[in-house]
Amino acid sequence: MRKRFAGIDIGSRTIELVVVDDSGKIVISLQTDTGFDPMAAAKNLIHSVEYDRIMATGYGRNLFEISFDTLTVTEIKAHAIGARAFFPDVQAVLDIGGQDSKAISLFESGKVKKFEMNDRCAAGTGKFLEIMAKTLGFDIETFGREALLAENGLAISSMCTVFAESEVTSLIAKGKSRREIARGLHTSVIQRAAGMINRVSSVGDIVFTGGVAKNPCMRRFLAETLGRNVLVPEDPQLVGALGAALLAREIP
Amino acid sequence: MSEDYRGMWKDLGLDLDGHDALLNVLGGAYQDIYLAQKNRPAGMGYFDFVMSEVHGLRIRELLDEKKAGRKIVGSYCVFVPEEIALAANATLVGLCSGADFAMSEVEKLLPRNTCALIKSSFGFKLGKVCPYLESADMIVGENTCDGKKKAYESLGHLVKNLYVMDLPQVKSEQGRALLKSEYQRFRMAVETLTGVAITAESLKQAIQTVNAKRAAIHRMSSLRKADPAPISGLDALLANQVFFYDNPARFTASVNKICDELEKRIAEKKGVFPEKTPRILISGCPQAVPNWKLPFIIETSGAVIVGEESCVGERGTRNLTDASGKTVEEMMEAIVDRYYQVDCAIFTPNPQRLEHIQEMAAAYKADGVIHYGLQFCQPYLMESIPVEKALEEKNIPTLRIETDYSMEDVGQLKTRIEAFVEQLR
Repeated sequence: MRKRFAGIDIGSRTIELVVVDDSGKIVISLQTDTGFDPMAAAKNLIHSVEYDRIMATGYGRNLFEISFDTLTVTEIKAHAIGARAFFPDVQAVLDIGGQDSKAISLFESGKVKKFEMNDRCAAGTGKFLEIMAKTLGFDIETFGREALLAENGLAISSMCTVFAESEVTSLIAKGKSRREIARGLHTSVIQRAAGMINRVSSVGDIVFTGGVAKNPCMRRFLAETLGRNVLVPEDPQLVGALGAALLAREIP
Repeated sequence: MSEDYRGMWKDLGLDLDGHDALLNVLGGAYQDIYLAQKNRPAGMGYFDFVMSEVHGLRIRELLDEKKAGRKIVGSYCVFVPEEIALAANATLVGLCSGADFAMSEVEKLLPRNTCALIKSSFGFKLGKVCPYLESADMIVGENTCDGKKKAYESLGHLVKNLYVMDLPQVKSEQGRALLKSEYQRFRMAVETLTGVAITAESLKQAIQTVNAKRAAIHRMSSLRKADPAPISGLDALLANQVFFYDNPARFTASVNKICDELEKRIAEKKGVFPEKTPRILISGCPQAVPNWKLPFIIETSGAVIVGEESCVGERGTRNLTDASGKTVEEMMEAIVDRYYQVDCAIFTPNPQRLEHIQEMAAAYKADGVIHYGLQFCQPYLMESIPVEKALEEKNIPTLRIETDYSMEDVGQLKTRIEAFVEQLR
């Protein structure tokens, strides 16, 4: 049988598992909610597949390393490798996940050149959008599409989840359009993300990964704000796990 | 602690319960961060002992010195010249900082967005848990950054014996003249405190004592150029931290003893981490005991720290003082010359610091630089951006960290530092 290599990305909201064969082709990809017991959820996933070696990434990687005695890699490098697997020449990656976001620039060789991460707080991440969608009574799956239906966006000045929520509540109370508020929220998240990308990389295409890349409004606003091509892999949430699997495969 | 010091602490006016809590945390952290390290030089046993007695035996020694007629001068900054204190029969000690303590009390006196170092020094006073501060006959504040100089106005209401030293902000003729006049004023203040006039002989002796201490640190730093690194960055930082507390002559002898051992290790190609471990230079704000957060994260993320461009590190110990002068005046000039070269970020402009970072990165064969900035420390945070830019132009990978003494960002920092180390491999 051909050798198989797995990568597991233990994020704050979801866990992804990708298995590649020895040519680097994805043979299995799975996803589950992180829930309250990430190690139990991770264990269920890895027991459902077979592989020769596994590498872990994501915020839960160190716990996984201890529980399963395995190799780890940071989300930064995993996303860089994974993004390159989809788009071999790209030199910039933006990942917005459940509770963190990062901008990465790469050398031509694919090595990480520089990166930035949000610190401490989850402002401008998936969690922020999720809470705002809920406050506005939208489903997170359709939040971006609803925002795009508005002609104009209302300015949202606060990036702190708690303050932004009360700002949104007061706009609702004033009878403002939910879609316009939604559009404004997307704009403010993108402005923050664009600033982060601009600090590490100024030209060229950008690969957009993480759960937030599934949001069409985010994709469009990012491209418009930066004036650069935004490339999104078919399943942007798998990029970190794929990168880890490909790294597991490279180990001699 | 090997002895019961509770009576001594009580007499100093410490809050015994708070102090017990502090020592418990400190002891636990020391165990997890220091004693858990592998392949430590045997000579570090001395520093383990010093740390276990940092509020015990060392304080008893200081109190014994006081009984014998010496005075204790406490300081918060490397601009306070130890030579002058020693020559006038006083002992200089660094005052407590480096951990959050009594923060709710501190925030009654200082804005929340004050750097952790300043807040911490207030916390140790308000919580009554720093025996050095309570033993000091004179506490020297110095006008470095805006945060510190304004904070001393408030500290002046909390302590009876605060002495404030002004410092220049520009390296100019006038700046040097200010430093000189402030050192003269400090000399007179210490002489008045101790009742002992500085003589050419006592000043020469003091300069030699402090130089020997610095030279021992220089020797240790130089040995850190080896690959594999013979000593961890954590242990070398500890030596730099104890520099501010210990009896100078004993400190010098202990560091030199460790250096003898490190030389043997280098000859045998033995190190604390394997050869080719990514090498990091830390640059930026000082790290006082027990602020070991960043070096601990770095050295448990697959890298070794090979130098500290910091006040608790090479910025503080870089130059020796010329001891060749024959008169007090000549040697006072030499002291001014020596301290005037300190490249603290309060100076504007401050190009020497960038030169020193580059020199150190080359000398210690650092693969990358981590700039350590305390949140709300304007001078170093401001400098961190041009420093990062200049280093990256020279293809020296640089990571800017902005943090404080709390543990809430440890997970984030670990990811960023691990990713940076991956970048260096």
